[in-house]
Amino acid sequence: MSVAHVDRQLPGETRAASSWYEASARERVRLLLDAGSFQEFIGPEARETSPHLRVFDLPEQFDDGIIVGCGKLDGSPVFVAAQEGRFMGGAFGEVHGAKLTGLLRAARDVKSAPVLLLLDTGGVRLQEANAGELAIAEIMRAVIEARSAGVKVIGLIGGRSGCYGGGGLIAGCCSALVVSEQGRIAVSGPEVIETNRGVEEFDSRDRALVWRTMGGKSRWLIGGADAFADDTVGDFRKAALKLLSSTADFGLDTLKAEQSRLEERLQSFGECPDALDIWRTEGVSDPRSIPALPADQFIALGDKIRRTSRDAR
Amino acid sequence: MEDLTFRHTTLKRASGLKPTAIIGVVASGNLEVLVERVMPDAECLLEIRTAAEGFGDVWEAVVADFVERYSPGGLKFSINDGGARPDTVSLRLAQAARLMQEDDR
Amino acid sequence: MTLDEILASLFPNGRDVKNQRGVLFGSGTLRSGEQALVIGVSDRTPLGVDEAARLSRYVLSSVESGKGPIVVVVDSDSQRMSKRDELLGLNEYLAHLAKCLLYADLNGRPTIGILYGHTAAGAFLATAMATRVLVGLPGADPVVMDLPSMSKVTKLSIEVLEAKAKSTPVFAPGLQNLSQMGAVHTVWDTSRPLVDQLEAVLRETTDARDRRDELGKQRGGRTKAADIAERVHDLALHTL
Repeated sequence: MSVAHVDRQLPGETRAASSWYEASARERVRLLLDAGSFQEFIGPEARETSPHLRVFDLPEQFDDGIIVGCGKLDGSPVFVAAQEGRFMGGAFGEVHGAKLTGLLRAARDVKSAPVLLLLDTGGVRLQEANAGELAIAEIMRAVIEARSAGVKVIGLIGGRSGCYGGGGLIAGCCSALVVSEQGRIAVSGPEVIETNRGVEEFDSRDRALVWRTMGGKSRWLIGGADAFADDTVGDFRKAALKLLSSTADFGLDTLKAEQSRLEERLQSFGECPDALDIWRTEGVSDPRSIPALPADQFIALGDKIRRTSRDAR
Repeated sequence: MEDLTFRHTTLKRASGLKPTAIIGVVASGNLEVLVERVMPDAECLLEIRTAAEGFGDVWEAVVADFVERYSPGGLKFSINDGGARPDTVSLRLAQAARLMQEDDR
Repeated sequence: MTLDEILASLFPNGRDVKNQRGVLFGSGTLRSGEQALVIGVSDRTPLGVDEAARLSRYVLSSVESGKGPIVVVVDSDSQRMSKRDELLGLNEYLAHLAKCLLYADLNGRPTIGILYGHTAAGAFLATAMATRVLVGLPGADPVVMDLPSMSKVTKLSIEVLEAKAKSTPVFAPGLQNLSQMGAVHTVWDTSRPLVDQLEAVLRETTDARDRRDELGKQRGGRTKAADIAERVHDLALHTL
């Protein structure tokens, strides 16, 4: 079943330059994959909406805020899932989560096709919190089952809602992550920390603080993501292709390497009060310049100081 | 939430071959429109679920204007609305109708 | 039941479990004489980067050299909510702990979660929810989202939320609701020895397949999840 999208036929260059952040989930999928190759499973016409939102008198979305299906990337088959960060903050509910769980279990059984996870989420959907939390647990398990079967699961993070809460844990289960500067990754969001611990602990209105603590640049520099992309669909596509060819299989050695890199991080940066101190410790001579650095210069700088062994996950 | 339904007869069948199309996102001030070619050629149906209650008259006017301009015969429009303004609704309906005019793929 | 009483009832043949600032490490002897690894969080301790790294190290060293089931006992806070933890990438530490438990379970080390107190959010996902079978003890109070926070975001009063919670288990906190969703497999009877119930669970769950969505469907807590996942799975297999 094919469903048409907003299809302004863009010339190749414009298409590659489309902002990942601004694009909808459907546009991201369409522009990321080979033209016309995407096939959706349980698309909007199936109207499998959340059964729980009406309890709260809230509007539903026909796809419950996630698109799952398969297509081709550079000629090879891939599974793909994309969250719509503007609908309920991309949050996980029962149906939303189950679509992703089903896709990952299929990838586990098929074995030969990788999964691209376009994460854009605030975490658990409040109105169906128990179902959402459980869905995230099922997804984490399904990711590890798929990876254990030899499937690569690549997370792509750079959307409006970032990747928060349980979404951050799913990201941590992926084989590899592509992140853009806009791609914030965290468990507790800025507002959650401020509400629970006070504004002295974390001022959620200090946007610079939010970006340098949780944003893509810091995540990539310390090894929280494997590739840094400029905010374009073309850059995300390039990075995903590169990671698909370079990412290692999953096993006990991966976990041991990750244990080492995470312990090493605590030793190196555990006393740093701020991201600026981490970057300075990491060898950046002028850490204050990082937030304003254009992507190409930032990547060049990062390539000099990052160690690839840090990416085991 | 409020449910609204509008059924119109149209002068002609909507051109194109596409069986379905979707546009928009359900968010504050935004809406999604799902279009399906499932109606008789001289009819169109719009089913709306909106978060903004009490605007039936406005919807009626926006829909009537849209039907007159586009004559979307044969199409069913299913709309989830997060409280969009009339101009946004008009824009999305027009985008949805244009998507259906494209060839399939 | 206190933690000591629980451990004594689980492992009457012997146990050695140390509580290091709210993080539990040790082992217990099963009736067969086999050792079970015991880890956990106690005293409603929040799970931050330091605690998660210590737990995952312990699990990994056991996966490398040991055998037998892994018992995860939990009375935790949520994840530690702090600037430092997020700065250091808490999501990776929690995911890593979950991955170690999942890997162990898929590789011959069945994992049993025992929820005896509180837990919430990210800490729940990284520990109890990353096990093959999750058991609750009466009085446990898992919370995904507490009602005061929900009230703030949804702008509905706590009274209204409590009334809604009566008709659906999908959002309100509590062991009963999570059982109905399929997250908690069974609630043990604390008037009987826990060792009998632990060994029954180990006997009955012989493979690592995730059945929580089916359980949620049977119990009427999640009417759509299992079917949707299966439909997507089948479509994907037929399409690719």
